Amino acid sequence: MEIFLQQIINGLVQGSVYALVALGYTMVYGILGLINFAHGEVVMIGAMLALSALTSLLGMGAPPALALLLSIGLAMLGCMVLGYSIERIAYRPLRHAPRLAPLITAIGVSIVLQNLAMMIWGREYHSFPQMIANHSHTFGGAIINDIQIIVFVLALAIMAGLMVVVHRTRLGRAMRAVAENQHAAQLMGVDINRVISITFMLGSALAAVAGMMISASYGLAHYYMGFLLGLKAFTAAVLGGIGNLRGAMLGGLLLGLIESLGAGYIGDFTGGFFGSNYQDVFAFFVLIIVLVFRPSGLLGERLAERA
Amino acid sequence: MKHTTIFSKMKFKPNPRSLLIALTIALLLLPFITDALLGRGWVRIVDFAMLYIMLALGLNIVVGYAGLLDLGYIAFFAVGAYCYALTGSPHLALAFPVAFPDGVHLSFWIVLPLAALLAGGFGVLLGAPTLRLRGDYLAIVTLGFGEIIRIFLNNLNAPINLTNGPQGISRIDAVNVAGAPLSATQNILGISFPSVHLYYYLFLAFTALVIFVSQRLEKSRIGRAWMAIREDEIAASAMGINTRDLKLLAFAMGAMFGGASGALFAGFQGFVSPESFSLMESIMVLCMVVLGGMGNIAGVILGGILLAVLPEVLRHSVVPMQQALFGKIIVDPESLRMLLFGGALIVMMLYRPAGLLPSRVRRRELGSDEVAEKA
Repeated sequence: MEIFLQQIINGLVQGSVYALVALGYTMVYGILGLINFAHGEVVMIGAMLALSALTSLLGMGAPPALALLLSIGLAMLGCMVLGYSIERIAYRPLRHAPRLAPLITAIGVSIVLQNLAMMIWGREYHSFPQMIANHSHTFGGAIINDIQIIVFVLALAIMAGLMVVVHRTRLGRAMRAVAENQHAAQLMGVDINRVISITFMLGSALAAVAGMMISASYGLAHYYMGFLLGLKAFTAAVLGGIGNLRGAMLGGLLLGLIESLGAGYIGDFTGGFFGSNYQDVFAFFVLIIVLVFRPSGLLGERLAERA
Repeated sequence: MKHTTIFSKMKFKPNPRSLLIALTIALLLLPFITDALLGRGWVRIVDFAMLYIMLALGLNIVVGYAGLLDLGYIAFFAVGAYCYALTGSPHLALAFPVAFPDGVHLSFWIVLPLAALLAGGFGVLLGAPTLRLRGDYLAIVTLGFGEIIRIFLNNLNAPINLTNGPQGISRIDAVNVAGAPLSATQNILGISFPSVHLYYYLFLAFTALVIFVSQRLEKSRIGRAWMAIREDEIAASAMGINTRDLKLLAFAMGAMFGGASGALFAGFQGFVSPESFSLMESIMVLCMVVLGGMGNIAGVILGGILLAVLPEVLRHSVVPMQQALFGKIIVDPESLRMLLFGGALIVMMLYRPAGLLPSRVRRRELGSDEVAEKA
């Protein structure tokens, strides 16, 4: 039972990070109908930027809390610029091109980002500086530490904030209008290009936070971390129903749970034939199963099946 | 009457016989010339270029003809390679010492069709549930499939050692032709052919076969149906084309080519490991198809040659150049190569979406007539 509870906690924390990244995919998809393949790399760049800023600020003797805030802010800013440029360079000129074209430029962008990161930060793992004493709490036999609590609470708070932005503000209304019907929105006086740019920037800012969280909870950052994370977050978005914000959050949390419970119990179920080293396979199986049986996702209203 | 002109241009015009003969002679002499001018290492690079061309032509059926974006194509290559690695090496003796005390040593020529069929079977398994989905979903699912295959290859060494995990399988039997192993130097008519030369001729024959099959497919009823699906799936199905079956066929056919190339790769290398089948390899093959010109055989071959040889040129030039300029290595050639690939993908899609040598149909379809005229 303790193991079960432990896996639930780990799954929820991991899932909340997936959810943040999945939101970036789903917002862009909702508005442009495009899978922003490079989003995982934006997460990676965010993590790397935050980490570099943090280590150099701490090295200069800045108080930890201030350093943390500044470095998150810097990473978010950097990623927003990055997200904006990606959209301008790689997606906007191809908005009316066949579907294959933006997908291929997206792959190109992620290769470029990955290798740039490798040139700047090298191939090695960067460790996250230990700033606060990371207390562990026992909770019904399971262990949860401070960083996990902070990650989970912060992720929920950000998601709540995003929901407010999308459903209660002028900008949010414009975003929903563009998602509904670009031409009609344009006729109503919405500056589509501006809305699309802002969407990309919002998604990238979330990605920066997610990158920071994941490197804090694992204690590591690496130039290759974005690929798998991006893929899983995309799975989460599809699971919840791509284009649907609540779906992305639900999908992220669910995927985190599926993964950690799956990895925890696969050994018992298969008599030790498969072990927890197959953890990364679950996301893909979930993706294939969802696409086969419910392509519109759990909460998706849009029909994903279109020629 | 624009259409008649387009289609009359598309008709197959046989090369002048003399040109064809000259090309054949040049290709037959290529390994000896390369060996004399650049050294034996480059013959090996040429061999790999041929393998890549075969792979790219296989992917071209899926991406170029049928317009389905497959990002996990290398998985089929892996299936073919491991198929021969398991049935043509002592490895299985580790897992089943009683049944196969010396491992399994089937002839390459028996395994080759089996590898192709197995890879084709995987293609159908993957394609059947996903092909009714939209293109970009297919891309992600195939990408996921490629990763799943790699994770399994990496981990299926316990409890039963099937794939030997990250270490890979070594001591794979060489390909035998007429009883003579291609791994040793052979004397034919007084000329001595080193192993890499022999494999070159084997790959040349297979590449020619793949080109021939691709060309026939392109002009066949099936090929035209694929292109119709690529251009407008709804219109195609309204014309009575069974889009689902034909897409599945394209997927399976591409997978079969991939599987066959994989078996050739395993026989040539004598060693396979999961490292050779990473996502980057899938992307590299896709780059060949896209840069060369999707749907155009000559373009895909050009893309294959460029991208297989370019990295080697970079490897031999970037390091000494940096040493000379800065006195140290600032950018390692591997990441520079990938950076160039990524950049090339973006620039190509923005300015020349139909590739270096676009197919005529594709050029029209992508609406880049002005680009083509300017060039």
